[in-house]
Amino acid sequence: MSTYNFDYLDELEAEAIHILREVAGQFEKPALLFSGGKDSITLVRLAEKAFRPGKFPFPLVHIDTGHNFEETITYRDQMIERIGEKLIVGSVQESIDQGKVVEQTGKNASRNALQTVTLLDTIAKYQFDACIGGARRDEEKARAKERIFSVRDEFGQWDPKRQRPELWNIYNGKIHKGENIRVFPISNWTELDVWNYIRREKIELPSIYFSHEREVITRNGQLMAASPFLNMDEEDVVERKQVRFRTVGDMSCTAAVESDAFLIDDIISEISASKISERGARLDDKVSEAAMEDRKKGGYF
Amino acid sequence: MNILKFFTAGSVDDGKSTLIGRLLYDTDSILADQLEALQRSNRKNDDGTIDLAILTDGLRAEREQGITIDVAYKYFQTEKRKFIIADTPGHIQYTRNMVTGASTANLAIILIDARNGVVEQTIRHSYIVSLLGIKHVVVCINKMDMVDYSETVYSAIIEKYKILAQQLKLADVTYIPVSALKGDNVVQTSEHMRWYEGESLLHFLEKVDTDHLDRSQLARMPVQWVVRPQTAELHDYRGYAGRVLSGTFNLNDKVTVLPSGASSVVEKIEFFDEELAAAHAGQSVIIHLKDDVDISRGDTIVNASALPQETKLIEADLCWMDTRALDTSIMYNIQHNSKVTKCKINEILHKVDINTLEKHPAEEFKLNDIGRVIVKTADALAFDLYDDNRANGSAILVDTRTNLTVGALMFRAAVE
Ligand SMILES: Nc1nc2c(ncn2[C@@H]2O[C@H](COP(=O)(O)OP(=O)(O)OP(=O)(O)O)[C@@H](O)[C@H]2O)c(=O)[nH]1
Ligand SMILES: [Mg+2]
Repeated sequence: MSTYNFDYLDELEAEAIHILREVAGQFEKPALLFSGGKDSITLVRLAEKAFRPGKFPFPLVHIDTGHNFEETITYRDQMIERIGEKLIVGSVQESIDQGKVVEQTGKNASRNALQTVTLLDTIAKYQFDACIGGARRDEEKARAKERIFSVRDEFGQWDPKRQRPELWNIYNGKIHKGENIRVFPISNWTELDVWNYIRREKIELPSIYFSHEREVITRNGQLMAASPFLNMDEEDVVERKQVRFRTVGDMSCTAAVESDAFLIDDIISEISASKISERGARLDDKVSEAAMEDRKKGGYF
Repeated sequence: MNILKFFTAGSVDDGKSTLIGRLLYDTDSILADQLEALQRSNRKNDDGTIDLAILTDGLRAEREQGITIDVAYKYFQTEKRKFIIADTPGHIQYTRNMVTGASTANLAIILIDARNGVVEQTIRHSYIVSLLGIKHVVVCINKMDMVDYSETVYSAIIEKYKILAQQLKLADVTYIPVSALKGDNVVQTSEHMRWYEGESLLHFLEKVDTDHLDRSQLARMPVQWVVRPQTAELHDYRGYAGRVLSGTFNLNDKVTVLPSGASSVVEKIEFFDEELAAAHAGQSVIIHLKDDVDISRGDTIVNASALPQETKLIEADLCWMDTRALDTSIMYNIQHNSKVTKCKINEILHKVDINTLEKHPAEEFKLNDIGRVIVKTADALAFDLYDDNRANGSAILVDTRTNLTVGALMFRAAVE
């Protein structure tokens, strides 16, 4: 037998491709949730590896909070152009205009929580039976508990006490009408694995992941990008700093870190040495010990 | 660098979650903000130190009750290796979650509370480990701090476990006395147990040789998806996408497609923009065949000179995982890799009494019962015996009324 080199990235990649193909094979109307962040960008590359030279058997779905970093939208549109796949946008602004959700007020107002409603509406409108997401188990302790095929009821809710057994590499995608499965192909990847993969595959990322100068304010000990979407008052002092983002979400809840890392190698050494987790840079998880679990029970990604 | 996947098993409160917390803590794998959250938490040990179990007990209900309900996956790495850990629950009620965590692992850590020795759950979990064919077992005798780090206590327990290991045919068992709470022999070897000459748990895990490479001749690839671009320039393109379960496919290998039995030859192997000379176990690829055969999802491409079993009657071990008991009068779906077909449990051959490991005839099969059955499938499955080829020798049962996964099957024999 010939010897071959099958290292940990190859193994994680092969597992993710297998999962994506199971989605294609088991569901009628799957979708890939694309946020513009590095994890969903990684998913797109994995989907290319799973299905090329064929088309993706699912559209990309972006739940747009309207509070985006411009760079991610530019990136999104260029990427769609390059890969030639279908993009569906679910708009939080529309949900607000329709009166389905109410914009939060106050200093820490964010549209992050509102996304769930738009997501569930989009799923209902297009009757998606499976939604592929880029969540990883190393991100957060409730995520660490979730199956790769995770069943959501008609109301989008995750019930952590009634998860199905998930054995070997056999994924049970059978659901009742109205239910939906969230699929997490990169469950077993760590933040560092994603970065190492992006480096190995030479995947381009939105520029905000790399060091740049930006106007920021310090809030709750974290650097937030100064923007019209952030409710600011006299107490907020705007400074110019050299920063980058470790995770990309809604502008009003994603914090920056001070960094001089211009190149992916710098980022990888920075993360390897870092003592703060990626989710530590998100205000939405700071609310309570079970913040993520509660949001997931309510239908969040 | 390769990945070692392991899980912790053992009875309730034997210290599984604490041990994992300790491994992460002592290898500096816990980040500052997570540590800060731990310190803020009100679940503390009696002496005020942080309770490391809450690192993995991530659900509200778990933290409230101080027990693990479902598997948590944790990740860490040292200079030598990457680790994926599944922290599984000890409570009998959640055995199915334990089996979930165990099914993808290649090493089991079984914890035993030094004060209690081998108890029913130790036996149950060890039995499941043997059923699942997990080759490497580390038995950690935990809470040594509560028995004065006594060698006598330790020796008595391992003597007892050795008998169990022999009964269960667990070949590779390593014993380590630890205190998950205090950290003895977890990452560093202990000052308190100079009588123990072995290495720490972490050192053992870094070194243990779990050769992933599958050298078997049993080349198998279930087809998950047929890639057909149907564009002008790729009009005749027809690629079979799947993950090689076992063995190797080389260019020009003679293959058989099951269930049709059609034979052909491997013409091309693609991986995205590369063409490969061979596809090995674990790789997700696209295979092209020379002949135009009708292949769809659920079919399996196999090495023509090492064919799998193909019957509709299979003898299998069954772990029942649903609160609703097995009903031998109804049809279930059986899912074997990418193939789904209907099946019935034709006969219950025996059930295993976990305390004595004796086999008893049985009429009923309830939650957490384990035993031997005969499955009758609507379509024949192309399978191998679990001991020869884990990946192609296992399947799940799905209840079509609830869509729940209700059983885990390990194939033991083809019934002629
Ligand atoms: N003294 C002492 N106490 C320990 C040790 N290991 C764990 N404990 C304590 O035992 C209790 C149970 O520990 P856990 O780690 O939650 O047990 P578990 O095996 O994960 O329990 P389940 O997951 O619910 O089955 C906790 O109070 C721990 O602090 C040890 O080495 N020494
Ligand atoms: Mg536990």
